[in-house]
Amino acid sequence: MHGMVNRALQGFLMTTYGDEVWAEVRSQAGLPFADFEAMLDYPDPMTLACFQAACQVLHKPPNALLEDVGTWLVTDEHLEPLRRLMRFSGTSFLDFLHSLEELADRGRLAVPDLDMPVIELDQIDAVSFRIRARWTLPGIGPILMGCLRAMADDYGALAFLRLGGVENGVECLDVRLLDTAFSEGRSFALGRVIA
Amino acid sequence: MTGLPPSLSRVIGLSGGALDVLMPMHLWADPDGRVVQAGPTLEKMARRGDLTGLPIFRLLEFRRPSRVDGVQALMALAGQRIGLVLRSAPHLPLRGALTTLPEGTGLILDISLGLSFARAVSEFGLTLNNFSPCDQTIELLYLHEANTSTMALSRHLSKRLQAARAAAEAQALTDPLTGLANRRAMDAEIARCLDDPAEAFGLLHIDLDHFKQVNDTLGHAAGDAVLERVGAVLRQQLRHADLAGRVGGDEFLVILRDCEGTAELDRVAARIIAAIEEPVPFKGQACHVSASVGLAASVDYAVRPGPDRLLADTDAALYAAKRAGRGRAARHVPGALPDGCRAGDPKALPPVVAGD
Repeated sequence: MHGMVNRALQGFLMTTYGDEVWAEVRSQAGLPFADFEAMLDYPDPMTLACFQAACQVLHKPPNALLEDVGTWLVTDEHLEPLRRLMRFSGTSFLDFLHSLEELADRGRLAVPDLDMPVIELDQIDAVSFRIRARWTLPGIGPILMGCLRAMADDYGALAFLRLGGVENGVECLDVRLLDTAFSEGRSFALGRVIA
Repeated sequence: MTGLPPSLSRVIGLSGGALDVLMPMHLWADPDGRVVQAGPTLEKMARRGDLTGLPIFRLLEFRRPSRVDGVQALMALAGQRIGLVLRSAPHLPLRGALTTLPEGTGLILDISLGLSFARAVSEFGLTLNNFSPCDQTIELLYLHEANTSTMALSRHLSKRLQAARAAAEAQALTDPLTGLANRRAMDAEIARCLDDPAEAFGLLHIDLDHFKQVNDTLGHAAGDAVLERVGAVLRQQLRHADLAGRVGGDEFLVILRDCEGTAELDRVAARIIAAIEEPVPFKGQACHVSASVGLAASVDYAVRPGPDRLLADTDAALYAAKRAGRGRAARHVPGALPDGCRAGDPKALPPVVAGD
């Protein structure tokens, strides 16, 4: 798994729970180094071992932890560049939902060798959507749910999200978009690159 | 329009609103060069409200392919790539293409942000809504930001790797050429041996003879071959518990454990010298070197010396061996002048010790 993904897991654990929790996870998972590097690759079993160790150390069910990781990806202040990149996808949350199928290509534009989930969006009725996602590792459903919930907040939209089960490795997510202008949301101005 | 095929000469009518949707940065001018309509994004960039009626040359400066300030000359650029700027923002180059309207009724100019798009978006305060979904400027901006972020990560990684390498080099204990210990490792081991009162050990200080000639006549690769050979000799001649290190260009130290006295050191030194004197083949040539050795045994000291003292004593003995004709060993006897030059000239010795 790409270092970005591993680094994200480490970053989430360290900023949310502190260095000691990360040290405990690292030792339980038997990691032979102190930190993941975002620009290197690691074997998948290493990623899975870290995640399982995190669930044990924090006494959290896997889905809850994955959802928190998804939310953190969008909301953590250190990851503002990532949130900005997501906001390039659309002018509203609805626009953003409709561009989800482009997310994989968008990710690869930024990091060419990143494993991105394949996402399909079906509109059921005016306000209901079904998202189907597939990734190299299980768990993209809850990650995406946390991420989308945070993006809805970011756009100021009110949306209900629910995991819709797994079919043949494809993880489903149901979205009901209740209000596209529920709150002010967070600001996003183009052209604010800080080198 | 006469030369065009029928499908291209067909005239369609588009509302001003349609133009705004398709080309948010367009400008429609009448035959006198006055603005009939400007797209919403262009109006936002111009920052002077409604542009209707404004002479196009008061708003824009045309620079490429040539400076143009008349409507007829401008119309002649139809179909070409045009370089222009807003007069209110002359530092942000823009790109344009224009087409003339039928029956000489004017022209339509479409504009896009040039390579200064990132600055332009920021200075003009443009948003996602200001661009047509077909305009890839947003994707360029996205890429620009993504690159900036990933570059920062790469730089971060490079810095950490650099620091790690520096740390590893600083902690290294091995001489990469010979595989022997390095100076740092030898210093640490000598200090450890001296600290342990039960440790009876001997120290050989070896310096190659004629090594410079090998380097000068056969090149550094030959010199390296000789040094590697010496490394192999020392590993062969020593017991597992002993430690040999390369501590300078052609200088070596050997720690011999459980050393009864200098007689034993003499024997080991003689064996090592003989092995080093075996010619080293290098690319069809034979490299001939020898070695001089200064030695000292811890049992010969009534009081344990410090590491500097011990090394100075073996160094002095080594110098004595060199003075006595090279290819031999000399030993240091505490409290006395180094007298052990096996085939040496005693007269050469006193200045060595006196200056020590």
